[in-house]
Amino acid sequence: MVEQHTVKRFDAELNNLRSLVLKMGGLVQEQIEGAIKALDDEDLDAARHIALRDQLVNRYNVQVDEDSVNLLARRQPMGSDLRLIVALEKTVADLERIGDEAAKIAQMVLRIYDSGGTAPNHGLLRDVPAMAELALRLLTGALDAVARMDTDKALEVARRDADLDEAFGAAIRHLSTYIMEDPRNMGHAINAVFILKALERMGDHSKNIAEYVLYYVKGKDIRSIEGKQATDLAVTSA
Amino acid sequence: MNISAMQQARVAAPAAATTIKMHTPEPSFQEREFAGTVGTVTVDNPKIVSRNVNVYYGDKHAIKNVSLDVGANEIVAMIGPSGCGKSTFLRCFNRMNDTIDSCRVTGEIRLDGEDIHNQKLDVVQLRARVGMVFQKPNPFPKSIYENVAYGPRIHGMTKNRAELDELVQLSLEKAGLWEEVKDRMDQPGTGLSGGQQQRLCIARAIAVSPEVILMDEPCSALDPIATAKIEELMDELRANYTICIVTHSMQQAARVSQRTAYFHMGDLVEVGETSDIFTNPRHKLTEDYITGRFG
Repeated sequence: MVEQHTVKRFDAELNNLRSLVLKMGGLVQEQIEGAIKALDDEDLDAARHIALRDQLVNRYNVQVDEDSVNLLARRQPMGSDLRLIVALEKTVADLERIGDEAAKIAQMVLRIYDSGGTAPNHGLLRDVPAMAELALRLLTGALDAVARMDTDKALEVARRDADLDEAFGAAIRHLSTYIMEDPRNMGHAINAVFILKALERMGDHSKNIAEYVLYYVKGKDIRSIEGKQATDLAVTSA
Repeated sequence: MNISAMQQARVAAPAAATTIKMHTPEPSFQEREFAGTVGTVTVDNPKIVSRNVNVYYGDKHAIKNVSLDVGANEIVAMIGPSGCGKSTFLRCFNRMNDTIDSCRVTGEIRLDGEDIHNQKLDVVQLRARVGMVFQKPNPFPKSIYENVAYGPRIHGMTKNRAELDELVQLSLEKAGLWEEVKDRMDQPGTGLSGGQQQRLCIARAIAVSPEVILMDEPCSALDPIATAKIEELMDELRANYTICIVTHSMQQAARVSQRTAYFHMGDLVEVGETSDIFTNPRHKLTEDYITGRFG
């Protein structure tokens, strides 16, 4: 818990904000799991439920925004308190986008299985489970990093986003072979691309969240610095 | 769904019960000896240079070996808890501490390279060059005109009444007060509002053409609008003067200054760019103070 402000109420408010962000993170994780399961089970009701529940994710976002603005106005935070609020506020923006990507996958499930057309060749979706697992692992890592303000974890997430990008590239190459094999795969291949792209974007957002953790702890924005330099800075600077 | 119901919704909050480790840039003050000021105390273009300044009130060591430069045309804010020595240090710059019998000042303070403790230096002249504005507006019990004219007159700065009139008007204009008082120059300065009185005191300080203006909590007795006017004035004055301000309001320090110095129990703990001090201070004590964590 954030503690030891002379004004105890401020501690409570900061802790509330942080736990709201983590709850939102938990909900977004469920959204991804639910969307992927709906795809796997070809479960249209579940897909509709996931798409609808995105509104709840958005409500969390609005609530965190409101609470953050209130804290800024009423407490005029400085130093690490200011950085914490800014980091959390940015985190929820990325969580909201991850939620959108999960809802997008749920919508693709409806498009694929509720259109009355033929079901896709299963090979088209064969890269989805592995990528989804990777995307979820990145998000879980990023949320763990937020929960503990853990820079090691954050650095790991920032680094491992590249794995997801690589997996996306490989998946696209696989898809193109299916299209060349049989042009009738084209329609579903495009649907698959949307799903894979959604998963790839989730990784980018998780990486952003990891970088906000580094900003909070180190007081520096490492986004403008690339590669090894950024790692060195994040590891060494106090 | 309202938000409380939302919060009750079953969501797998990851590690929701784990604790957040507060970022601690440095070991706490209690854990170690004071290891010297964090940050760069020197500037490229110094107006005031102070080195190893110590101030004692009798046995009390009020300022401990503080070194700090103040750059020309910059506003330096000095912050810290009550009794940390920030006002005492400010008062070293125009030897106001000389007026306190039990007070002893050692170390070196130079204004434009000249030692202000030099025996040959006239302290009255020094205080004309380094003016001061206090917490409580303290106009003389005289007319608005006489409040501003007093300094130039005793320093023999003008040859005749017309010149003096011009200087009084110019000073009041610079202090942003002329329009409000030009029709009642012969009325007592004490009849003005608090904010106007403080601007009158600034006009009085400016009238003797100082190079440095020291401000000791100049806005603590003022309302937010009067405070904003003083802060705007400080920003304008910076073009021609060097300003040091002691303030209890961190927001004010953050708003007006280019550099900020944090004092704690007589030590200069940290000094740096104001934007760094308030977003990413390097010393744990500074962090604790600006985030309101002092017990």
